Amino acid sequence: MQTYRSELHVHTVLSPCAGVEMIPPLIVQTALKNGLRLLAVTDHNSSANARAVIEAARGTELSVLPGMELQTREEVHLLCLFDTLQQSEAWQKIVEAALPNLANKPDFFGEQFIVDATGDFLRREERLLLNSTRLTLAEAARHVTALGGLAIPAHVDRPANGLIPLLGLIPPGFAALEISRHLSPAAAREKFPQLREQVLIQNGDVHYQNDFLGTTRLRLEEPTIAEIRLALEGENGRSISIDNLLAQI
Amino acid sequence: MTLQEIITQLNLTVLTAPHPPARIKPTGGYASDLLSCVMAGAKPGNLWITIQSHINIVAIASLNDLAAIIITENSIPETAVLEKASQQGVTLLGSSENTYQMAGKLWELGIR
Repeated sequence: MQTYRSELHVHTVLSPCAGVEMIPPLIVQTALKNGLRLLAVTDHNSSANARAVIEAARGTELSVLPGMELQTREEVHLLCLFDTLQQSEAWQKIVEAALPNLANKPDFFGEQFIVDATGDFLRREERLLLNSTRLTLAEAARHVTALGGLAIPAHVDRPANGLIPLLGLIPPGFAALEISRHLSPAAAREKFPQLREQVLIQNGDVHYQNDFLGTTRLRLEEPTIAEIRLALEGENGRSISIDNLLAQI
Repeated sequence: MTLQEIITQLNLTVLTAPHPPARIKPTGGYASDLLSCVMAGAKPGNLWITIQSHINIVAIASLNDLAAIIITENSIPETAVLEKASQQGVTLLGSSENTYQMAGKLWELGIR
């Protein structure tokens, strides 16, 4: 069993709101420098740069899961994490069919670059990714689970696209909920009593190199979705803990 | 004005009607798609106008004892939501108009 300092919410240059330095080799380098062992690539409504980051991390101590940060019909942001690119690409097809066909305006929203493992430009994503898909939260969670993935509502405490402000109450059935970097798990449970009985994870929602947080520690046999599920349930010696940010300062 | 008169005048689709609309007299209205705001801001007996059709709208309406939810822009809820609303005694109405238009029309009818 090993401890994986984790950052399961990382954007790349494919997300229009992410910094230009969020290219695969720099993401891997900074993650390793921060002591991370596990990372998930979660661009808005797309997983097209996941392959490049996985390739960039090959041969290092860092494991990379392909994923996505989906925006549902309710405008809730949902982390969708997978083991394999086959799974994330199957999910990508479902999302593409549910994404409104609007063109990105790079001057306003930012560029959406698809790159290779070295960070070299391959092509632009022309469709606007920062938009709600037609998938409901429940539909999305069903699809992700059926594909073998793990669906975790993102930054549930945040007024913008967070589950609690948008939907008030927490729908049942999620293995965990993500809290933002702005508060500790204890503070989150204090502020939102709905979270008291919920399993929490914390991520930095990394848009820039300085955003890596690494407060979530997963105790796993190997870095897979099945093992993460066990850790969230606290089964068979697997576990999750979140460092208190305030204690680090 | 009763809910039945509002349904007729604004040509609303009745999605669920667990209580007879002729006996309900809405006390006012509230418009928002953020359920946390509705929880805090909508008053008992209010009509709530929203485009959200997630199942939690039923819980919020029940919690705040709202007269009915008017779901705008043909954002028809899934069957599970309709079933839950019927069970919980929550009236769901539908319209093709947007929230702005719906609020304006209710205002004109005197629901203020």
